[in-house]
Amino acid sequence: MSPQEVFAPWDDPNARPLIQFKGVTKRFGDFTAIDNVTLDIYAREFFALLGPSGCGKTTLMRMLAGFETPSEGTILLDGTDQAPIPPNQRATNMMFQSYALFPHLTVRDNIAFGLKREGKPKDEIHARVEEMLRLVQLQQFAARKPHQISGGQRQRVALARALAKAPKLLLLDEPLGALDKKLREETQFELMDIQEKTGTTFVIVTHDQEEAMTVASRVAVMDHGQLKQVATPPQIYENPNTVYVADFIGEVTIFQGTAKKADGYYEFTWAEGQPPLKCRSPLELSNGQSCFVAVRPEKVEISHVKPEDDNVLPGKIIDIGYLGNLSTYHVELGNGQIIRAQNFNTDRSTRQVFTWDDQVWVNWTVGCAVLLEQ
Amino acid sequence: MRRAILIGIPFIWLLALFLIPFVIVFKISLSDLALSIPPYTPQLDLSQGWAGIRDFFSQLDFENYIFLTTDDLYWRAYLSSLKIAAVATFLTLLVGYPIAYGMARAEESWRPMLLMLVILPFWTSFLIRVYSWMGILSSEGYLNQVLLALGIISDPLTILNTNAAVYIGIVYTYLPFMILPIYATLEKMDISLLEAAEDLGCSRFSAFWLVTIPLSLPGIVAGCFLVFIPTIGEFVIPSLLGGSQTLMIGKVLWEEFFSNRDWPVASAVAVILLLILVIPIVLFQRNEQKQREAGK
Repeated sequence: MSPQEVFAPWDDPNARPLIQFKGVTKRFGDFTAIDNVTLDIYAREFFALLGPSGCGKTTLMRMLAGFETPSEGTILLDGTDQAPIPPNQRATNMMFQSYALFPHLTVRDNIAFGLKREGKPKDEIHARVEEMLRLVQLQQFAARKPHQISGGQRQRVALARALAKAPKLLLLDEPLGALDKKLREETQFELMDIQEKTGTTFVIVTHDQEEAMTVASRVAVMDHGQLKQVATPPQIYENPNTVYVADFIGEVTIFQGTAKKADGYYEFTWAEGQPPLKCRSPLELSNGQSCFVAVRPEKVEISHVKPEDDNVLPGKIIDIGYLGNLSTYHVELGNGQIIRAQNFNTDRSTRQVFTWDDQVWVNWTVGCAVLLEQ
Repeated sequence: MRRAILIGIPFIWLLALFLIPFVIVFKISLSDLALSIPPYTPQLDLSQGWAGIRDFFSQLDFENYIFLTTDDLYWRAYLSSLKIAAVATFLTLLVGYPIAYGMARAEESWRPMLLMLVILPFWTSFLIRVYSWMGILSSEGYLNQVLLALGIISDPLTILNTNAAVYIGIVYTYLPFMILPIYATLEKMDISLLEAAEDLGCSRFSAFWLVTIPLSLPGIVAGCFLVFIPTIGEFVIPSLLGGSQTLMIGKVLWEEFFSNRDWPVASAVAVILLLILVIPIVLFQRNEQKQREAGK
């Protein structure tokens, strides 16, 4: 793969997926944890399963590891059905949310644990463990027990242990959940580095959308056991396919109304006495069909004078969130709907241009909002 | 001041309930048998002042301890007690570990009830429970009746008054002391450790061997000591369930005190027993401390 070539095997009809979920359903008693999921994951991908707790993402991962078996459907790894293969014989390894490091073993023995089960020669095991210790930069902690090292170091031991057997597929269950924000952000980049270096396929489960967006080549947004959307992070963010996805990823303002076809765009009527919005969309909607418009706050401009543009709405600032690099304004429109607008604070003046109760205009260009059917 | 109280209370506790009784027993063990009440001399007579105290100490000697070495009954009884205690502890572990394991892996809502069932027998007198084993194990007992009725045996088994009955009695009586510490370590064990072991290539069995056993080791050690230590000096079980060939130091001690009324020799037996027990008790304390440190 030349560096210019974009890594996107999912767009290549000839690419053979490493993992295939085919109509997989998992029930626990009456509860359906996974509802008819069909999904392809390709080799060398960093694939994120994203969703709120209880959405089924962990169950999906545990089925890959072999700790759960599908009630219906098949899971293929490299073309072979995984159903009859017990977890200890699968070419997958898992990094557990709690890390699950063996407290009675040293860091070195933890990493060597899987290799020893394979019955490899001693010097080979030793060399591999050293390699793993170097990869996660823990050489000087090799002789310590898990309770003698920090949380971040434990996380790296867990990663090294899971990678030691050079699995085809590495599963990461909320791998950074126990770390504080700063360490988590650093570790995200480390994870990407390691994934690239080892060329292993990673599947990560997370409820943190920023984490998923940062590390993943593709993200699957899940809800109630179903895949809502599977796409690259920019696609998910800029072209969400449902209100649920738009709302789950990042901040967004949702308008509800009806669409009417116009010349090259849809005219979106959303409230009495409010000007209709213009919105471009590839969707085929019938006239008067009820639908939604989603606008990201950073796409919304805010000004004191009425701009000459489409989609201009008057309103009043009711809340300001100052975040340092940017400020978020909550603007109440004429009908009571609140829209979020974001401005970058590009100069260092501490006096804000906009303040509470200011009468302002918000606007966005035609291409900046997304029309959604549901 | 607060510190002095804090240390002082357990200190006084130990002084009153261990050290002073021990000194009294030790003093008796250095005395001589006498036909009097109490049945030994010398008695400390403070009315004679300093001379009386000197006279008292000059009469104390170690001849009872020397006597213990001359009769092989005593050291054979010590050795036999250690052996019976060791075997019984092992048997208790074999029975107790699966029970503790089953309890720790049972549904969480079931566990309090299972714990209750383990503790429940303590609500009845220990003596009555051992007596009832006599009813079960005797040649006309329930066990033989059931086995005869089922046609499994044609002649009643002789279990009562053998070492086998002693082992049954000890395992039955001390089982909770084995189960509870093992249950405590197994119950707090993170199940994902076993999944991790399986994920890294272990079979269920080797995961148990390489992860569960090492992690429950502190509980196993604690349970073994809790059974082993009191079993060495056990008297009731061997005297009720054991036979004439069952030699345990607790029984010897009892006979010295109550049959022979030889308090000095009995005291010497007791002091030696205590010295033997100090070793496992110190080891037990060290195990507990190690566990506490690891738990931090």
